[in-house]
Amino acid sequence: MEDIIELFEEARKGKLRAIGRLLTVVENSSIEVLKLLEHVSSDSGRAQVIGVTGIPGAGKSTLISRLIGEYRSRGYKVAVVAIDPSSPISQGSLMGDRLRMQQFATDRGVFIRSISTRGLKGGLSIASLSIIEVFDALGYDKIIVETVGVGQSDVDIMNAAHTIVVVTMPGAGDDIQALKAGVMEIGNVYVINKSDKPEASKTFEYLKFSLDKGDIGFFEPDWVPRIVKTSAIMGQGIRELADVLEEHWDHIRSKGLLREKLASRRMLLSRLLLERVFSDSLQESLRDIDGAIKEMILDGRKYRVVTSMVARRAIEKMLVKVSNLEN
Amino acid sequence: MIEKPVKVLVAKIGLDGHDRGAKVIARALKDAGMEVVYTGIRQTPEQVVLSAIEEDVDVIGVSILSGAHVHHIKRLMELLEKEGANDIPVVVGGTIPIPDVDKLKEMGVKEVFLPGTSLKYIVDVVRRLAKERSSVGGHN
Repeated sequence: MEDIIELFEEARKGKLRAIGRLLTVVENSSIEVLKLLEHVSSDSGRAQVIGVTGIPGAGKSTLISRLIGEYRSRGYKVAVVAIDPSSPISQGSLMGDRLRMQQFATDRGVFIRSISTRGLKGGLSIASLSIIEVFDALGYDKIIVETVGVGQSDVDIMNAAHTIVVVTMPGAGDDIQALKAGVMEIGNVYVINKSDKPEASKTFEYLKFSLDKGDIGFFEPDWVPRIVKTSAIMGQGIRELADVLEEHWDHIRSKGLLREKLASRRMLLSRLLLERVFSDSLQESLRDIDGAIKEMILDGRKYRVVTSMVARRAIEKMLVKVSNLEN
Repeated sequence: MIEKPVKVLVAKIGLDGHDRGAKVIARALKDAGMEVVYTGIRQTPEQVVLSAIEEDVDVIGVSILSGAHVHHIKRLMELLEKEGANDIPVVVGGTIPIPDVDKLKEMGVKEVFLPGTSLKYIVDVVRRLAKERSSVGGHN
């Protein structure tokens, strides 16, 4: 294992290879990452994190690709975390978001990283949250997180992003779909992509109706959720979308919401990391006392269930392991 | 810590758009439990190298059916070296004339998959290359 702090310093010099490797370490290990995250998080928190969510096939990746182009023309450095689902059968993953963004593969002001959910059912993983922190610390101005888009359960992004973009498309459902609980509720900005299609204005009216009545939309003080019509493939509505995202960013900063949002992102990550630390050390402790458990069970030739005694022993061991972490 | 899944980049370099083969391979690797980044058709060697670096893959798989494999792979290998990423093993598949197989291998290509190669063989080779790399002081 390369020294993770050293690797971070290399990455900070802009070496792509170092950034790539750093992200792999971050994505795959648990305890080592704590050291890095503690090291970098004091010196970050400047980037705008934009969560892009919405149904599969709505055109999120293509839209993001266009947005990258717009941001680049405005002089921003952009990082993308593209999350794709893993197979419930093989645990493998076919990650194809990047395919739509390949025109920026050779632009060194853009860094795109694909990750798999690795069996997680919706929501954000430690890996994706840690990668956001690293991109932030490396000085990217805009960090775009593309969620899996499994629809209604994919709402963790709400606690991790400054700005949530919900992408839908013409024909994706009627007014009842727009009212359903879940991902449709959490947008600061709603995008009707593929607006070159005939039913776009109908979809717009459904959405507008629900928003006007306050049924959906993430209403921060003084922010009314917005609807933007785009056609990512034709490149239409992209500048307007970027403008609205900037407006929301200004809004967050001027209303003092920045600290609050950063805190909720880090709360989420801290909580997940703690759960991981506890469960890892618990597993380890249980393995350590395997022999002892077996002895207890077989004790006196009575094949007993010994749950409470095992629990006490495992927790004692675990406490020792967790307190060792501090040194 | 759970063992890290093998991560592979599958790309088509050059102007031919025949991506059925690349997609079949990508799917077979996925079904073998690997994480496959698929970049699609008409990629330049530059795009492939920088994508591989950003994604930090264990193996690069390139499919070419245009006949321009010698030219493109030469460029790919040069760029990998220039970017300090020539430790990432490269495999090539496609309609490669047999006399060119050695040429590609001399450039550093680890394996060339000719038409008719079984998916199982390809999966095994990719897995072995990824494993070899991580055991000879790769990054994890």
